[in-house]
Formats: sequence, structure tokens, C-alpha cells
Amino acid sequence: MEQAAIQAYLIGVSFSIFILVSLGLAVIFGMMRVINLAQGEFLMLGAFVCTFANQAGLNLWLSFLAAALAVGLFGVLVERLIIRHLYGRIVDTLLATWGLSLFLVGGVTTLLGPQTRSIAADLGNVAVGTYTLSAYNFVMMGVAAAMLVFTFVLWRFTRFGLVARATMQNPGMASGLGVNADFVYMATFGFGAGLTGLAGAVLVPVTGASPPMGLFFVAKAFITVIAGGPLPLIGTLSAAGLFSFIDGIVSFVSSSVVADMTVLFVAIVLLRLLPDGITGRSRRGI
Amino acid sequence: MAGERPAWWWWASIGTALVVLMAAPSYLDIADQLDISIIFILALLALSMGFLWGQGGMLSFGQTAFFGLGGYSYAVLALNTGETTSAFFIAIALSMAFALAVGYFMIYGRISDIYLSVITLVVTLILEKGIRATSGDQYVIGSVRLNGQNGIPTVPSLQLPWNPGTELFIDGVFYLSAALLVLVYVGLRLLLASSFGRVLVGIRENERRVELLGYDARRYKLAAFVLAGGIAGLAGVLYGVWGNFVSPAMFHLNQAAQVVIWVIVGGKSWLIGPVAGTAVVQYLSNWLGTQGVGQVSLWLGVVLMIFVLVFREGLLPTAALAIAWVRRRLGRREA
Repeated sequence: MEQAAIQAYLIGVSFSIFILVSLGLAVIFGMMRVINLAQGEFLMLGAFVCTFANQAGLNLWLSFLAAALAVGLFGVLVERLIIRHLYGRIVDTLLATWGLSLFLVGGVTTLLGPQTRSIAADLGNVAVGTYTLSAYNFVMMGVAAAMLVFTFVLWRFTRFGLVARATMQNPGMASGLGVNADFVYMATFGFGAGLTGLAGAVLVPVTGASPPMGLFFVAKAFITVIAGGPLPLIGTLSAAGLFSFIDGIVSFVSSSVVADMTVLFVAIVLLRLLPDGITGRSRRGI
Repeated sequence: MAGERPAWWWWASIGTALVVLMAAPSYLDIADQLDISIIFILALLALSMGFLWGQGGMLSFGQTAFFGLGGYSYAVLALNTGETTSAFFIAIALSMAFALAVGYFMIYGRISDIYLSVITLVVTLILEKGIRATSGDQYVIGSVRLNGQNGIPTVPSLQLPWNPGTELFIDGVFYLSAALLVLVYVGLRLLLASSFGRVLVGIRENERRVELLGYDARRYKLAAFVLAGGIAGLAGVLYGVWGNFVSPAMFHLNQAAQVVIWVIVGGKSWLIGPVAGTAVVQYLSNWLGTQGVGQVSLWLGVVLMIFVLVFREGLLPTAALAIAWVRRRLGRREA
């Protein structure tokens, strides 16, 4: 019983990490078809903003908010300066955002040095039988769930969501109906960046903030969104569920590196069987 | 260019280049020989990527996976057996086998081009992570410890196959890497002129049309992918021989990014582009390194963004376009 609870907890933690790191990409890549290789660096910026805000005296929750807003604005800036010129040139987007990623890692290292900074989230522990679990991990699960619900509601039930989905589907038609497609693209990219910044902030008490941290997550995010397929939210959710289940079990019996490799292997085999991803056959939904 | 048989002047320049390269070590000191050999070796890696991207239309970000795998296989095999010739060939074969496995799932799964880029990148990142995690004493292949982060030092130099007592010295590595670069370049150029190459370029242009003509595009793409994997593996082996050292940095994202930058800077539409790009960028980054400008990745990032946003075709084709434009202008004035 205790074993089962611990196992479920590990899978839950892994699941929330998968959701945190891939949700922003699900918006930017899954919805906008912009392959953003600087995604990991957005995460890193969020982590740093949160760390500095917290050290400046803001409490943890406000620091999360600050990270989300700051990285969201940064995302808008990136969209205006780089991405905007490259819509429809998917390979060039990939290369330019890779350049941005290297630039950010190099720039942040130059400015702040290579060391890892961290903040403590003193929320105590929860005892389960003989095990003690960090309470913060439950916060992480809560934020992941909240981000997911928020994105779903925004996309499915608000006017902005409707307009954004229409613009992604057919920008010409949307413009014809009086939508400012340019603005919608900018706002959507900013929203995805903000989600990523928030995720980076939430990860700080667990992983710390360091310039190369994005590297550890960007691979996870991409295989989740790609394996998810054309429905960004449901696909990401189901791929994250599958991968975190495997990840949780394998890292329990072996190590986290073996778990990463197993997840990659499963993802590649999955793409051989379902080339369009888990939701490849569905045409409706988000 | 692709599809035509090379003209006489092409053979003449290859011959001249060979003569120059073979004569060069007599006029260069050891440090220059080392610096130039590594450019040849990295140019092989760039060539494998440029061939896949420019001719096959497959943008593989993970050529460093095969590069690192080749280097590590050679190191492990040669240190275990004490014999380098078979290690050399087996390491290349292993890289090709790995490319076959990865390529099969991607190409026969018909995942889209852009997913192929991302998957290959993820493969090299995960391999790096895996190698870095092997620092404990329990990670031993045969008698060789993998050493995790620190890499494997004391990778043996190549021995002459007919006289295992003699090891290649620095000038030997120079001759070998120069000769192999020319060989691979000529080989790929002739391959493009063959029917295989024509089909491959056809697939790049329009995969469906080629399939409707009765060719199985997947087989051609997989063959090209495996070939490029072998070339990257060869570069990895030579890298190990060159520095007597292999490390997880061979798989690193920065290494993968550099390969892309070499190819973009040189231009991917000609095979010589990646080679020229490697030479220019390596020379400049060595120079930048001595100027103390701080983080190299910062400058790599800037170069990559500028080339994507401004010089989309790369240096050589941009130069060719410029020359053509000037000639047109001059021609108009005369008329």
C-alpha cells in the first residue's frame, strides 16, 4: 500500500514536470507551428526572474507571477524582432530560435556567471508511513494542473481563444473578418512564453536556476508535444501521462538517466507506429 | 550542379588541392598542422550534415550523435584490443548501424521533415546525458572505464595496418584526414551524379512525384541517412585519433549547433559549402578565442541569427549571386 502510494506520488511529480515544461511549447509549437528551440531558455529566464524577485523580498507566489509576466513580455519582444519575419519558413524559425537559445545561454552566463542560484520553499514535509515527501512537490502538481485548466478554459470558452484558434487555422479568412492576425500571433506567442516562464519559476526550488538548465528540459518538452500530435492540449496531456508513467516506474527501479533514455526510445517507437502522434487521427478538439 | 558529371576543371582543382595538401606538412610547423587537421576532421562532420540537408532535404541536427558514437566506439575498441585498424572500421560500422536504427524509425514512420530535425537533436542530447552519467566504477566496457563527464583520455593513435608497431604522428594524421576529406568529397560528388544521387535530389524537390514514378523514396532517404551517419562516425574516429581524447562534449548541443552554423555559413546547396564554412568559422572562432571575448556560444548565437535572417543562402552561394548580379549589370552597360 505504502509502496503503491510512493509509486503514484513519483508518477505524479514526473507528470507535473512534463506538463510544466511542455505546456508553453504546446501553445507555441502545437498551436502556432513555431518550433521554438529557445523554449528551454525561456524556462531559464523565468527561473532567474523568480529567484531575483524572491531575493528582493517578494514572496514566493508573487515571484512566480513576476516570472510569468516578465518572460511573457520577453516573448512578445522576441516575436516582434525575430519570429514575425519567419512565419511560414519553419526551418528558418528553428535555426533562428536555436541562435537565440545559444545567445541567451551565453549572455546570461556572461552577466551572471555559471553558478546555480536557488531559493528555498520552506513548506515542510508530508509523512507517508516511513517516507517523508516534500510538500513543495504538491504545490508543483497544483500549479501544473492550474496552468492546464487555465489554458483549456482560455482556449475553449473565451472570445480570445476562439479568435486565436480561428487565426491559427486560417489567418487570411480571420483577417478578412476583421481580426488583427498580427496581434493575435503576438499575443499567443507571449502567452506561451509566459506559461514557460511560470514553469521555470515553479521549478526553481527543485532544480535551482542556472544558465544551461533549459537544456535538461527542452528535449522532454519536444518529445512530449511531438508525440502528442495535432491536438495541442489533449495530445500533450496524454503524451505527458504516458511518458511520466514510464519515467516514474523506470526511475524508481533504476536511475533517472535510464528513465530519460527509455522515454526517448518509447517516443521514437511510438512515432513509427503513429507518425502523426497520439491524437493523429482526431480532427476536432484542442 | 547536382546530377551533372564533374567537368575537367573540377578534376583539375581536386588534383591541385591534393598536391598542395600532400606538400603542405613540409612547410607547416606542428602547431599549424594540428590546427588544420582538426578543420579537415570537422569539415567531414559538416559535410555529412550538408549532404543530408542540401542534397537529401533532411535536416539532421543530430550528426553529432554519430560523431560521438564513432569516437567512443573507436576509443573503447582500440583500448580493449590494442589493435586500431579493425577498431577504425568497426567504429564506423557501429555509427552506420545506429543511423540505420534511428533512421528506420523516423523515415519509415514517415514523420515530417521538421520532426526529424527535432528527434535527431533529442537523440544526441540524450546520448550526451547517458554518457555523462557513466562516471561510476561500474560503467566499464571490457577493460575501459567510460569516466562520465571526464571522457576517455589516452585514446590510441592509429597504427599502420601493415606495420602495427608504427603509430601515426601529427603529420600522419594531417595526411590521413586531408586524404579522407578529399576522398569523401569526391565520393559524394560522384554519388550525386549517379542515378542514386539524381533520385535523392528528386526526392528533395518533390517526394511524392518521385514515388509516383515508382521509386521507394524511403529506401533512398534511409540509405543517404546511413551514409551520412557513417561519415560523421568517421569524423568522430579521426577526432579521437587527433586529440587522443573523447568526451561527452562531442555530443553536446553547442557542438551540434556549430555543425549547423558551418553548413549555413558555407551554404548547403553546394557540397564544398560546408567545407568552406567549417574552415572560415573555425578560423574565426580560434581568433575570437584568443581575443578574450567571453562566451563563445553568445557569438555563435548571433552569427546563426544573422545568417538566418539576412544571408539565407550562405556565403558561397551569396557570393556567386553577387558575382552574377555584377556581371549582369556590366553586360547591360556594354549592350
